[in-house]
Amino acid sequence: MTKTPAAVIGVGQTHYRAKREDVSMPGLLREAIDRALADAELTFADIDAVVVGKAPDLFEGVMMPELFLADAIGATGKPMIRVHTAGSVGGSTAIVAASLVQSGVHDRVLTVAFEKQSESNAMWALSIPVPFTMPVHAGAGGFFAPHVRSYIRRSGAPTEIGAMVAAKDRNNALKNPYAHLRNPDTTIESVLASQVLWDPVRYDETCPSSDGACAMVIASEGAVKASGITNPAWIQGQVMRSEPLAYAERDQANPWAGRDAAAHLWRSTGITDPRTEIDCAEIYVPFSWFEPMWMENLGFAAEGEGWKLTEQGVTALTGDLPVNMSGGVLSSNPIGASGMIRFAEAALQVMGEAGEHQVDGARRALGHAYGGGSQFFAMWVVGSQKP
Amino acid sequence: MRDVAVVGFAQRQMREFDGSPNCIELLVPLLQELWEQTGWTKEDIGFWCSGSSDYLAGRSFSFVTAIDALGAVPPISESHVEMDAAWALYEAWIKIQTGEADTALVYGFGKSSASTLRRTLALQLDPYTLTPLWPDTVSIAGMQARLGIEQGVWSEKEMAEVAARSRTNATGNEHAIRRGETTIDDVLAQELLADPLRRWDCAPVTDGAAAIVIAATDTLPRTSPAIRPAVITGIAHCVDSPSLGLRDLTRSPSAERAGAAAGGASVGLADVTVAELHAPFSHQELILRRELGLGDDVRINPSGGALGGNPMFSAGLIRIGEAARRIWSGEADKVLAHATSGAALQQNLVCVMASGQARRPEER
Amino acid sequence: MTPPSTAVLHQPLTLEFAYTRSLGPVLSQYMSALAAKQVLGAVLSDGRVAVPPPEYDPVSHEEISRMQPVSDEGVVVTWSWVAEPLPDQPLDHPFAFALVLLDGADVPLLHAVDAGSPDAIRTGMRVRARWADERVGSVRDLACFEPAGLDTASPGGSAYSTSDGRTASDEGASVSRPDGVTSTTTPVRLAYDYAASPEESAFGRGLKEGRILAQACPVCHKVYVPPRGACPVDGVPTTDPIDLPDTGIVTTFCIVNVPFLGQRITPPYVSAYVLLDGSDIAFLHLILGVDAAEVRMGMRVRAVWKPEDERSYSMETISHFEPTGEPDADYESYRRHL
Repeated sequence: MTKTPAAVIGVGQTHYRAKREDVSMPGLLREAIDRALADAELTFADIDAVVVGKAPDLFEGVMMPELFLADAIGATGKPMIRVHTAGSVGGSTAIVAASLVQSGVHDRVLTVAFEKQSESNAMWALSIPVPFTMPVHAGAGGFFAPHVRSYIRRSGAPTEIGAMVAAKDRNNALKNPYAHLRNPDTTIESVLASQVLWDPVRYDETCPSSDGACAMVIASEGAVKASGITNPAWIQGQVMRSEPLAYAERDQANPWAGRDAAAHLWRSTGITDPRTEIDCAEIYVPFSWFEPMWMENLGFAAEGEGWKLTEQGVTALTGDLPVNMSGGVLSSNPIGASGMIRFAEAALQVMGEAGEHQVDGARRALGHAYGGGSQFFAMWVVGSQKP
Repeated sequence: MRDVAVVGFAQRQMREFDGSPNCIELLVPLLQELWEQTGWTKEDIGFWCSGSSDYLAGRSFSFVTAIDALGAVPPISESHVEMDAAWALYEAWIKIQTGEADTALVYGFGKSSASTLRRTLALQLDPYTLTPLWPDTVSIAGMQARLGIEQGVWSEKEMAEVAARSRTNATGNEHAIRRGETTIDDVLAQELLADPLRRWDCAPVTDGAAAIVIAATDTLPRTSPAIRPAVITGIAHCVDSPSLGLRDLTRSPSAERAGAAAGGASVGLADVTVAELHAPFSHQELILRRELGLGDDVRINPSGGALGGNPMFSAGLIRIGEAARRIWSGEADKVLAHATSGAALQQNLVCVMASGQARRPEER
Repeated sequence: MTPPSTAVLHQPLTLEFAYTRSLGPVLSQYMSALAAKQVLGAVLSDGRVAVPPPEYDPVSHEEISRMQPVSDEGVVVTWSWVAEPLPDQPLDHPFAFALVLLDGADVPLLHAVDAGSPDAIRTGMRVRARWADERVGSVRDLACFEPAGLDTASPGGSAYSTSDGRTASDEGASVSRPDGVTSTTTPVRLAYDYAASPEESAFGRGLKEGRILAQACPVCHKVYVPPRGACPVDGVPTTDPIDLPDTGIVTTFCIVNVPFLGQRITPPYVSAYVLLDGSDIAFLHLILGVDAAEVRMGMRVRAVWKPEDERSYSMETISHFEPTGEPDADYESYRRHL
């Protein structure tokens, strides 16, 4: 069974902020959707189906919000699906949307992921005590910090690596007009001087809590031809993998599901040396130490050596394999949208539309998202070449 | 398009499930049943997809813990929709169409009894203008029912006929939680629960879980000749406006569209002989029959339908399973299953299945 | 000793938050007007007036740009009776939910009608708004509707026509809004009965007795604590309770410095994964009785139990773990558990 080739032909993002008090939820989504449609040179009438993604409904206190949003997002009268795979949701939503096109069922699919978490409090929503359990960890940071410690121990990485990643991503964000955190004074030293929140993770090594939405239009080969778009981002490969949250001898710092997903992705796209064949990557780094961890998990570096890529400047915007050119999750984090933002930013790179944070000549990029306790992974490779 | 068939189905329903909100205790035996039905193991499944809602039982990420029931080591290709598992089946069907998987296991679960379901579902409405009034699902359905009665689109007697027939049919369904030989007069003799609705016009609050295995027929192994695969000939879904004032509540355009798309342009739904319709309220069955163009000769809800048991987030999937069973048993050659979501039939999915022989079997 | 009950443990659980929702321009106008006892409708692309206003036109998808005042009186289009009101519904005695077509609107509004009894309400009946004494710019400013006493529009009573046409003077007046209300607070409170799984319940009962009851998977034989409804690797329930000692090691940990909403333990504190002797999986717990800076990966610890009368069914029955003073475990011995 051959897939219909599919490509991203439009991307739209909102300005990510701690609180988007200037808009309602419909308004937030429309900001991203309207931009994506304009970028794709389409109207709502051209869209065949809508795929919505977001993380737990508890964040906004609306159950299945896509139902009340149907009119606002142009889904009425059309098929609409709502994906929820925890933090990786933005990525898996994009993959579901791509599948609708690749299956031959639809020609043009609008996909949007969002979170308006300022309506409640993200820490609260992630830390609600479950009866009969002990509320020990303090939100997501408290959950991941012990595994960061494991990684540092296992790899022998120098302790400033986390600060290097944070400084890099926050400075990249200055070149991204949509980014939430845009502080021009971030340096390795300033990060190291920031408060340790969950030892060993520091305040400045931590993602913000943001409101925002990201949307894309994915089109079939035929629809791309019929459009005026000359620079589509062809979806060359995609994968999702999950493993249980906790099981005996689970590797939390280099999860099997992530390694398996990456291996499948490279195999299916014919990539034998991702380090050289991928031009740039947008990967889900909510706590800065995840950059070296994921570089190993993805196969860009051998186990225990991911931190060297950071240290040597390989992952810098001007480096050999730039990572998180947009500023990444460390600079903007509407939880339900962050995965899709990675996928969309990867598409923008190969479309040549990444503006100031464009990597020259990027022809093949990786979008990556993870969720839960590092147990859900969604990834795709986009490129200027049709698969 | 690849032919994809429903080859396994298991369900559990009860008034109150005395167990955890992620329903692992229900899912584990359900999966066991599926392995027994298909002769497969978890290694034979190419894609897993579930449907559930965090809000139902107040546990964020409840679907995450449910994954323990699958034995997801080595890692699996898996996804989740915050919708009835019928839509998870749709996502799985799409996955098979892309060729990324040949088989899929779909499951849904929900513990509605953990809270006051009809109140919790008020959270599905517009958060600015409606939820603050906490309109419950029964009241919304009641308003819809009255509109139809007063406009002469349907009558209380027709609603009672649906309720009576559903309850009576459910006597033959070991999984139904509300069942009994019932006449129209029995129903009409009931007090009104939420004028104009009677208790038996409304689905009972039900806990439960269900799971289905689907497989592309072009890779089906040699199966027992006792199973006539129920091949999905069409599956489609659609959503209407959320505005209860803008919509004509006596109609469901999204159900009509989904039915037309699933039926296909040339054949339509004309030769469907059995339909399992997910109608949590008796008048909604009348709406669906009309929107889908199902004549009097079509057997509706032989299982008793949602009025016999409505486990949230698996009830739609169960309609698909119940309809498929009629093909397996030889009772029918073409069946229709329907699932709904949102207030007053806002979102609808239709799945049409026909009996089909497995293609040339491959050795495993 | 009487055998332990095998019933599942239950506990009430309340999810509660006062969500603050920014309204955007259209709903801000609507809510601001409600605070002033005025109802606005959106003028849709087909000319119909919709209350409440959608933010985007359902057909053209454009943002609504014209609103106009409608009456706060109208006609019941349909209704159903709420015999037993639920918490937070508009009234706490029996009432009707109804769709009400306000004079001047073409799309009916869902609200409560305080009719008194189901015999006192019918389709076609006129109702008028009962406004809340204190209004803040939310839909609850309009507390409910009540019967207006007349079945047909009173002569000269309503300035707006209820039909398919509109008088020219009603064409989309844009309303100047009083001090704009830009957000609304909508409290959401959900009460649940939370039940544990049978395995969690057995574990909880064990804890109350001062025992740590793990269970092993019959397939892979790994010892899980707390025990699970299914071994995550094999998908079969863990069985056979195993009494574990209350000693073990810290595999990895972090020091929590940050306060946050809902936190129950005062920072700074050490949150650590503890791998009990004889088990195959670590769980999160607290390390106390040692300076946070002294905690190390591999450190040997023992449980400190709460006094019997303070014990519960959760892991909190163990107050914390403290160092035993024994030499640290060799890194290789727990490396696989990280």
